[in-house]
Amino acid sequence: MKPVLGIALRSAWSRRGTLALVLLSVALASFLLLGVERLRSDVRENFSQAVSGTDLIVGARSGPVQLLLYAVFRVGGATNNVRLDSLEAVARHRAVAWMVPLSLGDSHRGFPVLATTPGYFEHFRYGDRQPLQLAEGRAFSGDLPGLYEVVLGAEVARALGYRLGDKLTLSHGGGEMPGAEHADKPFTVAGILQRTGTPVDRTLHISLQAMEAIHLDWVAGVPLPGQRISAEQARAADLQPKQVTAALVGLKNRAAVFAVQREVADFEAEPLMAVLPGVALDELWDVVGAGERALLAVSSLVAVVSLAGLVAVVLAGLNERRRELAVLRAVGAAPRHVLWMLAAEGALVTLLGVAVGAAGVWLAIVAAAPWLQARFGIGLTLSAPDAAQWALMVSVLAAGFLASLVPGWRAYRLSLADGLSPRA
Amino acid sequence: MPPMVDIEGLRYRWRGAAADCLDIERLQLGAGHSVFLHGPSGSGKSTLLGLLAGVLLPSGGRVSLLGQDWSALSGARRDAFRADHVGYVFQQFNLLPYLSVRDNVLLPCRFSSRRRERASAAGGSAADAAEALLEQMGLGAPLWTRPASQLSVGQQQRVAAARALIGQPELVIADEPTSALDAALRDSFMDLLLRQCRAANSTLVFVSHDERLAALFDQSLALPQLNRAAARLAA
Repeated sequence: MKPVLGIALRSAWSRRGTLALVLLSVALASFLLLGVERLRSDVRENFSQAVSGTDLIVGARSGPVQLLLYAVFRVGGATNNVRLDSLEAVARHRAVAWMVPLSLGDSHRGFPVLATTPGYFEHFRYGDRQPLQLAEGRAFSGDLPGLYEVVLGAEVARALGYRLGDKLTLSHGGGEMPGAEHADKPFTVAGILQRTGTPVDRTLHISLQAMEAIHLDWVAGVPLPGQRISAEQARAADLQPKQVTAALVGLKNRAAVFAVQREVADFEAEPLMAVLPGVALDELWDVVGAGERALLAVSSLVAVVSLAGLVAVVLAGLNERRRELAVLRAVGAAPRHVLWMLAAEGALVTLLGVAVGAAGVWLAIVAAAPWLQARFGIGLTLSAPDAAQWALMVSVLAAGFLASLVPGWRAYRLSLADGLSPRA
Repeated sequence: MPPMVDIEGLRYRWRGAAADCLDIERLQLGAGHSVFLHGPSGSGKSTLLGLLAGVLLPSGGRVSLLGQDWSALSGARRDAFRADHVGYVFQQFNLLPYLSVRDNVLLPCRFSSRRRERASAAGGSAADAAEALLEQMGLGAPLWTRPASQLSVGQQQRVAAARALIGQPELVIADEPTSALDAALRDSFMDLLLRQCRAANSTLVFVSHDERLAALFDQSLALPQLNRAAARLAA
């Protein structure tokens, strides 16, 4: 097919205006397909990286996905709190190695606030069982002098420009109610964590006692009228929390995980639930999977439409090219040369389209990654295409080549029928 | 020495047609011979050229070139045989507009290694041969790299002639190549084409209804007289 390849290229170049439009539509389709797939796999990767080394998440009885979402991803809210003494009873189980209570609900300029114990920094693991590490400063001390200390996730510090020693105040709830500020009790930045690529980056960490302290003069989400407890007065109060949102539990031996889970479920004093993060994550993917498949299906349809456009454009141009085909036949080109010439043109346009689409995904990642990281905590990585993305690219290419055989076949028939005297 | 072109008992009927459009008992053309073929429109001139070039196959009888029966060859072999031995000039629109003048002349050398070798046999490359032919056709170096679409009709026909002649094919077929040219251009084109065919010892089959040109050829044939199908239709 060598004799016609150069001719095919120059012929295509002479019609570059039309072909560029087709190329663009193939590029957009590839962009969509690859982008959706990329986002899907990166989001999954991010989610599965968010927690590791935690054997069970314990909370009030709701759904496993809901518990996972708010305890690990700070998405949604708890329907009920749990009593801290219930969790401490769980922690006394002989199979339990550690228990870290979590209390959520407040925020700072859109970033969630997590109240916990210093044990959180010790036991929490993400990714490949990596511990949290401080980029600057130290963890909050958890004692009275360090009551109003806060440890910032990397993204919080970066986005808001906080440094060690800076003061900040927390908002009650998600910050959507104006005036619901804990303005009387400012916190000091004691430490900034290294970036993890998990929701930790977007979280402000304070102690459970601090959470109690800022809510001393609050009831049911509003400040008690006429009652003010200053930051200093609060230190003297009983700051031992009665209730928290959930807890992360690590076991001495993973084999006991189902036994502990069952015992938590049978806990008599209040209704509790324990979920395995991995199992809850799988359940989440089951829910999200339908949406992902729908997105992928729509993208595939777009790809099909764009390839149909390719076929239509090349077919429509064929009538004007009957002269060209007759000239080629006269100088010795066989009908199969004509077939390959048309097929090569379509394949080339598809190839370039896929390449442009892939490059577009690359550029989009570069452009949108900081925003996605800041807004949703989803870290997109500039990595080589994975197997699924290669498979998508190869299928678009194969489909493009097969589709190009349609005009190729038509040209083949035409050049056989026309011979050297096209009736065009 | 066998005739260059040998037609024997040729019958051709277009698919779906009720009657034969060509019925030629015998026609032989020698090597280096130039033949003027004329006849009114629709008398089957282009069909006969298609049969001579092996693009069409006869419904009956035999058309052979260099002693080779076209019908005995597979489709792919026919294409290769045509590329090796036949040069073809159309009435107009002979060139691929997106190729340069020189690349248009070199097209047959892409598909036939025999033509390529014969073109470079004179010394130098096939491109040298193409340039020499263009020069002889009165097309100077500044034109060689121009896109073919920028040439005038007369220039384009001369490029087409150079392309038909490159690599010295045994048979050159010209299908009314002068009908788009004015008198002065036509005369110089005819002169160049005949001279080059003689130089390459190529058999030339030239179709036109401009009978004033007939005197320039070794032989003049009226297709309606040759074609018994036409006689039957007239009767």
